[in-house]
Amino acid sequence: MSVRSQSRLALAALSALALSAVQPSSAADQPDPAADARAFRNYFTNKFPNVKLEDFVNGPYALNEDMRRQWEEKEQFPPYEFSLETGKELFAKPFKSGKTYADCFPHQGIGIRQNYPYFDEKEGKVITLELALNRCREANGETPISYTGEDMAALTAYMAFTSRGKPFDIKIPDDRRALQAYQNGKRYFYARRGQLNFSCATCHVQNPGQRMRAEVLAPALGILNALPIYRSEWGGMGTVSRRFTTCNSQIRGVPLEPQAEEYRDLEYYLSYVSNGLPVSGPGARP
Amino acid sequence: MTSMNSKAHMRISLYLPVALLVMGGTVPVSAAGSETEFRAAYAAAEAAENEAGRLRNRWTVTEAALAEAKKAADKGDFDQAIASAREAEALAKASIFQATSEKDAWKNLEIR
Repeated sequence: MSVRSQSRLALAALSALALSAVQPSSAADQPDPAADARAFRNYFTNKFPNVKLEDFVNGPYALNEDMRRQWEEKEQFPPYEFSLETGKELFAKPFKSGKTYADCFPHQGIGIRQNYPYFDEKEGKVITLELALNRCREANGETPISYTGEDMAALTAYMAFTSRGKPFDIKIPDDRRALQAYQNGKRYFYARRGQLNFSCATCHVQNPGQRMRAEVLAPALGILNALPIYRSEWGGMGTVSRRFTTCNSQIRGVPLEPQAEEYRDLEYYLSYVSNGLPVSGPGARP
Repeated sequence: MTSMNSKAHMRISLYLPVALLVMGGTVPVSAAGSETEFRAAYAAAEAAENEAGRLRNRWTVTEAALAEAKKAADKGDFDQAIASAREAEALAKASIFQATSEKDAWKNLEIR
């Protein structure tokens, strides 16, 4: 091939590349949360045809018979019971203002876990239950509590317990920013990070039911419905924030600050694709 | 004898400056040179890690290597400090590459 014809070929290739780059993005690139949720659910129900849909909220216990038997026995004296009691007390304890957490939430905060996180159109951001609890404290002159600490776990455990069995009902309003938050959460879920080059999906989409050292990995479908959780590995309770940050450090990534926008969007995405599955928190995991 | 002396003198006059130059280059200036080299290596690593931070994709191992570099430098072990700083820079650059390539590559894992 002559130099001239090589240059022509290269030019043609470049032009084709440039053309493809300016073509409008296809419909497939546009976020379609409802289609995503259907595909997400189908993926797991096809992968585990013997698991009932509502059972996915029980994580590894839905996939492993031996673990399930042990868990059912443990549930007679669940390890999150003390936290639940603490959460109930904290929830009812008045702030300096005389108000309580109940005054900050619809239905006095009872039976509402399934509606969190939600997209606040006024603020243009995702509001999680943990964030709402701390905002409630601040609005009443109290200092915020740690997002990864025992008190936050106790409060969310109590609120989840009052909502048990209610199907997740996360809404994406007709707002470009809400759709963007959803899409950002989806990207965070699938993007690889950390020195181990893992994404959330590496464990919870590609390998649920498989062992990672001593752990049996939970499916992503319904994974947040069981939170907060008591983990034997932690020797205590853990919030959604604790779960996200420890997942990041386990793959040798520096966790973001708890309740960073990325984590809030991730929670929004993961909760939305689990819509219809019941709240089962607080949960217990090995 | 005289000629031998002059030969020896010539050798000395030839080799001594070279020997001094080599010694000077490796012994007393060496420590200062190492510290300078460490500072440059650390600054490069820190700059890369800051970029990884801007991309919200820092790695724990990079942070550990940076801390190790600083610790070694505080002890005056500049060889170790430089090695750790260079390791940190390589790790930080890998995390930047990861963050950049994942801007699109995440779609390959998506359930559709």
